[in-house]
Amino acid sequence: MGHTDKGDGTDSVERHLDLPRIFAERGISRRDFMKFCTAMSAVLALPVTLVPKIAAALEADGRPSIIWLEFQSCTGDTEALLRAANPTVGEIVLDVLSVDYSETIMAAAGHQAEEARMKTLKEQKGKYIAVVEGAIPVKDGGIYCCIAGKSALDIARDVCGNALATITVGTCASYGGIPAAAPNPTGAVGVKEAVPGATVINLPGCPVNTDNLVATVVHFLTFGKLPAVDGKGRPLFAYGKRIHDNCERRPHFDAGQYVEAWGSEAHRSGHCLYKMGCKGPETFHNCPIQRYNEKTNWPVGSGHGCAGCSEPQFWDTMTPFYKRLPNVPGFGVETTADKIGTGLAVATAAAFAAHGVVSAFRRKDEPEREKEE
Amino acid sequence: MGNLSEKYVWEVPVRVTHWVNMVCILTLSVTGLYIGAPRTLALTPSEYVMGWVRFVHFVAAYAFAISVASRIYWAFRGNRYARWQEFFPILTREGRWHMFETFRYYTFLSRQIPHVTGHNALAGTAYAVVFLLYLVMIVTGFALYAEHAPQGTLHTLVGWMFALFSNQGIRLTHHLTMWLLIAFAIHHVYSAWLMDVKEKGGVMSGMFGGYKSVRERN
Ligand code: HEM
Ligand code: SF4
Repeated sequence: MGHTDKGDGTDSVERHLDLPRIFAERGISRRDFMKFCTAMSAVLALPVTLVPKIAAALEADGRPSIIWLEFQSCTGDTEALLRAANPTVGEIVLDVLSVDYSETIMAAAGHQAEEARMKTLKEQKGKYIAVVEGAIPVKDGGIYCCIAGKSALDIARDVCGNALATITVGTCASYGGIPAAAPNPTGAVGVKEAVPGATVINLPGCPVNTDNLVATVVHFLTFGKLPAVDGKGRPLFAYGKRIHDNCERRPHFDAGQYVEAWGSEAHRSGHCLYKMGCKGPETFHNCPIQRYNEKTNWPVGSGHGCAGCSEPQFWDTMTPFYKRLPNVPGFGVETTADKIGTGLAVATAAAFAAHGVVSAFRRKDEPEREKEE
Repeated sequence: MGNLSEKYVWEVPVRVTHWVNMVCILTLSVTGLYIGAPRTLALTPSEYVMGWVRFVHFVAAYAFAISVASRIYWAFRGNRYARWQEFFPILTREGRWHMFETFRYYTFLSRQIPHVTGHNALAGTAYAVVFLLYLVMIVTGFALYAEHAPQGTLHTLVGWMFALFSNQGIRLTHHLTMWLLIAFAIHHVYSAWLMDVKEKGGVMSGMFGGYKSVRERN
């Protein structure tokens, strides 16, 4: 947490920062910063004329604190944020947001850590942002995930219930994700389901795309409110379009060029992964545009079909990942819809052919006489 | 035994929607099969094989939906053979008796060929089920179609589908129901032929010209 040296009377507040100095210390020029603001306006689909407003909002005082909670998760979302090769502007923006509590990255441990959380909770009630990573188990009183003797459910009620807003990062926190996969032994659910009263914005995906997380925060800092969301509580700027409709392999889909086997010529030539079970046609996310790891690549770009990870219950509904359609309930795993359909058609034809043969030999059928009604 | 005479049974809207439906279902099934299990037919990405197949699917889909909607409208406006009551014989006692008689004939338990002017009771019931399948196809199809514009009007109309069912479930239903319709088509052509030949009812030719032969009472 940096202190300002402007001495304008507000330096008693810890959050008063000299962002330009912090950036300078970390080797980020003013130009880089403005580039970042422009990139953010692009992610959020805002006009370029708003870039100065974004910059001003980021440099202004009074940024909210963040409490980053982690429950049933793989820490992939924290990793996505921290594993950037260089400290990105986005990371610093989150950093200066005062991450008061985060199990993975905080220096404090044990009671000290819990105290930090309680302090923010008390002092900043209704003013901090909660970021939640991981699902919340609610079965058996929520005993399947406890931190410092408190269940995830209780912590979430406490922290998310009193937050200005809660951002769920990753599919588990948004909808239960992998811990909630059938048969969901711990009764895992997403934050909105666990704490229905909380103001929640969902950023699902495995992991969350850091750009989208930072953009959501930037939107909040710039406009003082959360971005518009779709029916599943996801911001439209990031989840408003289907992967399939922005995919770089789409020309091959429309042309009719499909990968039929891994490692084939078609696969190496970047043809469409539709037949390999790609779930891009049913998944809403901006992966093809934002990409991961500082825009290096994304699953379909690197030759693997989309697994639909940003959709609720993806583990149950998008599987099998390497087949286009789900298995038909009640039939063997290898039975496809088409096998069943062909069987049905053949059986129908056979039944009626047999009926036809019998009919042909029954010559004495009589049309109904006298129809008295 | 009564003499056969011609009677105007199937009105124009009934016949037109019938044949539009047939052409559409054929087109939709052929294109749908390709959409479901495409082959690589293009040599360069500048071709548009899947694009055109989907385009034809969607055009036929609109034609089909309009045709089905018109037929449903006609079920309330048309003559007694086109009316909705024809499709639910199960609702009346007499209808149930007809269903039973027809069933006995089709399973060779009876030699009495039931003769009715409109649909026979079993056929009427089957068509009610088929119309249900049509509606399933239309609703699931438009739901899948709406996904390209999740903020669009169409999506608003069918969005409830996604709240009730998983996306993949909708896809699978759309795919499997096609096979039910294909099985129905096989049965349908066969029994229409059977009725034309055996019952001399003229259902098949009737769908072209509108006239069916009816037996006059002595
Ligand atoms: C009798 C009527 C129809 C038949 C037999 C039929 C058949 C099919 C089949 C077999 C598929 C492939 C499904 C898969 O494996 O994923 C399909 C896809 C599709 N159908 Fe139909 N369909 C019919 C009516 C409709 C209607 C009324 C619509 C409405 C717009 C429609 C829209 C679609 C869409 C959007 C897809 C997915 C295409 C894609 O994602 O590229 N279908 N259809
Ligand atoms: S690879 Fe997947 S998302 Fe891309 S065009 Fe093919 S089916 Fe669509």
